[in-house]
Amino acid sequence: MNNMVEIRWHGRGGQGAKTASLLLADAAFNTGKYIQGFPEYGPERMGAPITAYNRISDTPIRIHSNIYEPDYVVVVDDTLLESVDVTAGLKEEGAIVINTTKDGEELKTLLKGYKGKVYTIDARKVSIETLGKYFPNTPMLAAIIKVSKIMNEEDFIKDMEGSFKHKFAKKPEVIDGNMKALKMALNEVKEVK
Amino acid sequence: MSIRERLSGNEAAATAMKQINPDVVAAFPITPSTEIPQYFSTFVDNGMVDTEFVAVESEHSAMSACIGAEAAGARAMTATSANGLSLMWEMIYIASGMRLPIVMSLVNRAVSGPLNIHNDHSDAMGVRDAGWIMLFSETNQEAYDNLLMAHRIAENENVLLPLMVCQDGFITSHSIENIELLEDEKVKEFVGKYIPKHYLLNEKEPVAMGPMDLQSFLFEHKYQQAEAMRNAKQVILDVAKDFEKLTGRKYGLFEEYRLDDAEIAIVCMNSTAGTTKDVVDILREKGIKAGLLKVRVFRPFPAEEIAKALSHVKAVAVLDKADSLNGAGGALFTDITSAMQVNGVQVPTSSYIYGIGGRDTTTKEIESVFNDLMEDSKKEKIENPYRYLGLRKE
Repeated sequence: MNNMVEIRWHGRGGQGAKTASLLLADAAFNTGKYIQGFPEYGPERMGAPITAYNRISDTPIRIHSNIYEPDYVVVVDDTLLESVDVTAGLKEEGAIVINTTKDGEELKTLLKGYKGKVYTIDARKVSIETLGKYFPNTPMLAAIIKVSKIMNEEDFIKDMEGSFKHKFAKKPEVIDGNMKALKMALNEVKEVK
Repeated sequence: MSIRERLSGNEAAATAMKQINPDVVAAFPITPSTEIPQYFSTFVDNGMVDTEFVAVESEHSAMSACIGAEAAGARAMTATSANGLSLMWEMIYIASGMRLPIVMSLVNRAVSGPLNIHNDHSDAMGVRDAGWIMLFSETNQEAYDNLLMAHRIAENENVLLPLMVCQDGFITSHSIENIELLEDEKVKEFVGKYIPKHYLLNEKEPVAMGPMDLQSFLFEHKYQQAEAMRNAKQVILDVAKDFEKLTGRKYGLFEEYRLDDAEIAIVCMNSTAGTTKDVVDILREKGIKAGLLKVRVFRPFPAEEIAKALSHVKAVAVLDKADSLNGAGGALFTDITSAMQVNGVQVPTSSYIYGIGGRDTTTKEIESVFNDLMEDSKKEKIENPYRYLGLRKE
């Protein structure tokens, strides 16, 4: 239990936060970990706020409840910062990763004095440059791997290539773009000082 | 060597069904079990199973098709949840009354109304007296394992009863977790071929099935069903023993977690048992002798065995994920207290209704129950046995 990492995802329906949490679970599983990846289902509508969760551990996971004191929080859509208490219960020794172009000052107000580390990434820029469309979940997945260090980046990239080949077997043309998005995102995520 | 995988509870159930490769699957989609027939129909389409998949127009027809298939001599399976099970209700009793060993995957969800798609056990509790064997599963692994054991229990000639494997909707059905799978050939060998003794398509033995059964015989036939349910207990244990030889995973009528020297104990079913195990460990580190009894076999109800397992504790809390709305505690509570009374076990026992309509149950809430039990254990008689956990008071 002591080595368990708990992650909470905040996104909007249709942005792929659930898929990202499942891909993260997959990647950690492939490094030999015990994993949970589950969404909190509410009314499933495009644009509605959704929450998804990950638990990653070296030992079997028995708990079956939502995560209230996460080690990390990922915010896939920064418009949620105004309506959802994204840092609720977030550990101060943990971190929050936000898809945003807002600067540190602005974020400080929105995060209501959260004292842990804050990281940002412009997932829209990464996604548009690599995929030509706005799919923020792939860059955010890379960002949380970088910040949480739950696996090393090389293993992650190698593993994701396999996952994408499987996931996109019927549309292989998107694999390259997604791989580029991951690699670019690893470099783009920055700590807000 | 088993196969290390990660699957949701629904994927686990569909995988078990694929490996069992039944003759017939008839199902109608309903949240949160929809994925099971959805995945299974792709297995059919891809030629991975030989099953006749019957896409029916309602759950009443799904169960009717399973009844027809089993009566004809085939092995039939289905999956459903909540209102789907409600719509099957008429046929549920006919399946057990005709002694047809149909196997169902029930992904537990609140029965309407008001409309709610999330987990509780009101669907299962609504059919607890319908003559079906009912196995509950804490995890995706247990949902898979219970399905692999299901046919050997249900089809045993001393049993011949339908069987449902329950798991918590969304909480396990939609959560991706680690799981150990068996190889296809091993499942095939373990489950074995279904050889029905009496069946409609046997031209050498013309039989009537489901005819009128009035004053002169129905009573005896119902008694035989009850006897079959009593017989099922030993069969369930025998099959579990074989399963343990194959997998190393041990199953009983219930699981005792740090219960042998416990002074206070929680009784519950399905996924909450996992959360409770974590809390038991935390309390044990503080020197508090907490324990858990997780019911796996709810029907037949292992009354004598449970009473014995709880006889040494000083206070018990029974957690029911469905309110019987009778003003006197949940269904599991009633069964547990009845078992204790009949077997001469006098332990202060309280009922907690919890988790209704998908209300999340946290470690803190489970800990609060154990705190209540510590107080209860000091008393001869408790004043307020009908309690609620996680209910908003405002």
